[in-house]
Amino acid sequence: MKMLNNELENQFKEVFTQLTDNVTIALFTDSGSCSSCEETKEFMEELVPLSEKLNLVHYTLEENDDLAKRFNVTMVPSIVLLDKDLNYKGVKFNGIPAGHEINAFIPALLEVSGTTSDLPEDLTKVIESFDKPVNIKVFVTLACPHCSGAVQKAHKLALMNENIDAEMIEAQTFMEISNKFNVSGVPKIVINDQYELVGNQPIQAFIDEMQKIS
Amino acid sequence: MSVEFQFNANNFSPTSAELDATTLYDFLIVGGGPAGLNAALYAKRKGLETGIITRQIGGQVLNTSSVDNYLGTKSSTGEQLVEDFRSHVNSLDVPVLEYVDVEAILPNSAKNQHTVLLTDGQQFNARTLLLATGTNHRKLGVEGEERLAGRGVAYCAICDAPLYKNKNVIIAGGGNSAVEAALDLAKVANHVTIVHRSQFRADKIIIDELYQNEKIDIHLETQILSIEGDEVFSHVHALDKKKNETIDILADGVFIEIGNIPNSQLFIDLVDLNDIGEVIVDEKGQTSVDGIYSAGDVTTVSYKQIIIATSDGAKTALAANDYITIQKAKERTNQYENVK
Repeated sequence: MKMLNNELENQFKEVFTQLTDNVTIALFTDSGSCSSCEETKEFMEELVPLSEKLNLVHYTLEENDDLAKRFNVTMVPSIVLLDKDLNYKGVKFNGIPAGHEINAFIPALLEVSGTTSDLPEDLTKVIESFDKPVNIKVFVTLACPHCSGAVQKAHKLALMNENIDAEMIEAQTFMEISNKFNVSGVPKIVINDQYELVGNQPIQAFIDEMQKIS
Repeated sequence: MSVEFQFNANNFSPTSAELDATTLYDFLIVGGGPAGLNAALYAKRKGLETGIITRQIGGQVLNTSSVDNYLGTKSSTGEQLVEDFRSHVNSLDVPVLEYVDVEAILPNSAKNQHTVLLTDGQQFNARTLLLATGTNHRKLGVEGEERLAGRGVAYCAICDAPLYKNKNVIIAGGGNSAVEAALDLAKVANHVTIVHRSQFRADKIIIDELYQNEKIDIHLETQILSIEGDEVFSHVHALDKKKNETIDILADGVFIEIGNIPNSQLFIDLVDLNDIGEVIVDEKGQTSVDGIYSAGDVTTVSYKQIIIATSDGAKTALAANDYITIQKAKERTNQYENVK
């Protein structure tokens, strides 16, 4: 049975007319006991034909160790978005971006394609000034209506500065890492595994935490 | 595993207009909940140049799993209702600036031009403003709550319920939101304990459901004294007022659902507030400052309900329209006088 119904397909097609350049969806799975790899693969295989600007490449952790390292992929399923020149822009989804997370995934496709919205100039300057590596983990559940907003902001930061890497982590799929960071409320934002924010915070709150990085 | 998608197609409407810093708006709305959205609908239909500035479209309604008391909608989810509202407002091309926070509001009734300053540096001007910022979760204010927030202390049942699959949870509160949270969590959790300092004040229809649910224990007349745990939450320490003894209730998480407080911190020096921080309004939603209106849960209007907030929004938009009509007439008269 198909995952996407006609209504959703048509809505996605309509939104994808706003894609500027090509986007490659690099999907990482493994051959082991990955609980949602198959669903994620099916979802991507149904989504990609809806626009000629979308491409899908499928990797496994076992066979594509070098690429996994390059994109810092350590869990599966994981989706990494690459721009038209196949550059990694720091935009990653760990776990299936279904439920409410579709509202973070579709904007990420648009943004990586070059369909971007500008932030005010002063804010842009501050974001572009970070010169140390920043990793932003946003823990979510698929049932959370506020989480996609936090994921979108993290990805926006990553797209604006190559030192910033931002990843959605679906907390139920990745219980081990969620427990490690004591995730019991979402969205939970963890910056460089050290600084924490809870809730869909404004972009300024992300920046305030990022500025604590020594 | 069945895969579902809650796609908000209305977010991507290519026709949605953008808020413009050089425009003098007639009616600028701060807040995108039911009050703000309905105000936008009414204002735009009256021909007012209207815009919305909001942290997130939907507001508290997004945290409501089911809505069964909005006339004409027998059963819906909070989110679906928000989508319907948004779609209706989008059809009128009202510009919406979402995911932003207001830094300050600078009133100027004499010039009929108030300024909304955002934390990201943007600013917008309008003849009239609507403060419709709603409410936020009320905190228990007990030891351990702040420290363990996000570490077992939670405020959004709809968001965090999946994290408590087959676990034990406590719900603090006795109103509709607490009882609904208990019923929602009972669907996934192993066991739910609802703890409330007095008697239930939720609707009878859902209290009946609560008592029928075998997974749910009820502790009324029980006051939470502290929230305990080292790195993560472990239990609540509470006073059973009937027996006058303290008890510890162990669980994996506690959801605080004890009502809401008005999001009016920004307005303390702007308009008159009552002693619990609600914006004082008259029967037309007018605040203590000329040309600044307020609607919905942030105001002194009784009963925090979606349908009351939406109707409040409509009322203030109509009042602002009357106000602007008079102001514009005065401006024309003044210009005429000056020419003479």
